[in-house]
Amino acid sequence: MTYHFDFAALAPFWTLLAVGALRTIGLTALSTVCGLALGILGAVSRAWRLPVLRTVFGVYVEIIRSTPFLVQLFFIFFGLPSLGVKMNAWEASILAMVINLGAYCTEIVRAGIEATPRGQFEAGQSLALTRAQLFRHVVLRPALTRVWPAVASQVIIVMLGSSVCAQISATELTFAAEFIQSRNFRAFETYFVAAGIYLILAIALRRVLLWFGRAVLSRRP
Amino acid sequence: MGGFTLWDIVHGLLLGLRWTVLLALVAFLLGGAVGLLLLFMRVSRVAFARRVSKAYIEVFQGTPLLMQLFIVFFGLALWGIDVPPWLAAAVALTLFTSAFLSEIWRGCVEAVPRGQWEASSALALTYSQQMWRVVMPQAARLAIAPTVGFSVQVVKATAVTSIIGFSELTRMGGMVANATYQPFLVYSMVAVGYFLLCYPLSLFSRRLERNLHAARHH
Repeated sequence: MTYHFDFAALAPFWTLLAVGALRTIGLTALSTVCGLALGILGAVSRAWRLPVLRTVFGVYVEIIRSTPFLVQLFFIFFGLPSLGVKMNAWEASILAMVINLGAYCTEIVRAGIEATPRGQFEAGQSLALTRAQLFRHVVLRPALTRVWPAVASQVIIVMLGSSVCAQISATELTFAAEFIQSRNFRAFETYFVAAGIYLILAIALRRVLLWFGRAVLSRRP
Repeated sequence: MGGFTLWDIVHGLLLGLRWTVLLALVAFLLGGAVGLLLLFMRVSRVAFARRVSKAYIEVFQGTPLLMQLFIVFFGLALWGIDVPPWLAAAVALTLFTSAFLSEIWRGCVEAVPRGQWEASSALALTYSQQMWRVVMPQAARLAIAPTVGFSVQVVKATAVTSIIGFSELTRMGGMVANATYQPFLVYSMVAVGYFLLCYPLSLFSRRLERNLHAARHH
């Protein structure tokens, strides 16, 4: 093997990688907030057997969990324009990530809600908590605290999965890497470094999310 | 429709579906074998083996499958190997699958109650006897349902190999959509294809979960 590795060939492009990484972070942050909100709505609909909504969310969860993210993305970006729904690459990427994360969060959060003992709810009622207080302190927070590690794992999977958004020209980290390797002809080095950046992002994201779980969710009021 | 009948579309997609199924099977079997090796390293008494296995899992769970695919695709080429897309796809998916399966299985090994280890050590069994005769059989039973459940992720993961040009279901879908100008119809059918593969697997996994779990209480 006579190949000479040349990681220095990446140096002129470091700003592109940095911008790409920031966009991946932004994409993930936005999708996490919206996806989790959607998931909580779905979880409540499913756990409390709300009419209609529970069926809608049930079908939604099964469809999304049984199809690849890439196909969901292509369906939204290439398929929906036939129905007159046109989106740019960012809108399609965010929508696909929110829909994807929302389905997984529905199931994860539902498991958390269903694991909360009934007695807790009755105890809250007997303390004359309002419905909103009951929901926040007795249903949602204990449920989220319980399943937060699973939520964190899913967010990381979605962040890593967002690398395929480059295929519809969303200019995130993978897009930056593809652009750079087409300029410096150093595909291996470029993707190696990009993968390293993803690994750092994943490790950092896990720390941030687990910190959030400890410091905010399970904090005693 | 420019001369394309519905049957032409379905036929094209079925050709791709074949490769999706084949690739998923290869990744699942080879990934399972490598995953088992990683599992033994992860629960071994040798600290170095544990560390290597942990780092491997961290790397392959912490980077996108697409990057792994690119690195294998371009990395093997550096060794002077002519890399067809199917080879890169099979190698990358095996690495990816092995990391996740070994982590799932580690959870199962650790779920076997400590008392089982203690009881078998009180019976003067050696470490390998404890492992093979007492812990592994119980862990294997726990592992069946989540392993079947993970096969759904493997099937879905094969979609990414379309990006390096492997002609599985998603890529055939892209080509058919371009040829027919019917992206809505074609991508809906692609999604149905994956759904028909994955949904029965996840139902099966849930049923196993219920049955095996219920049996444990008797």
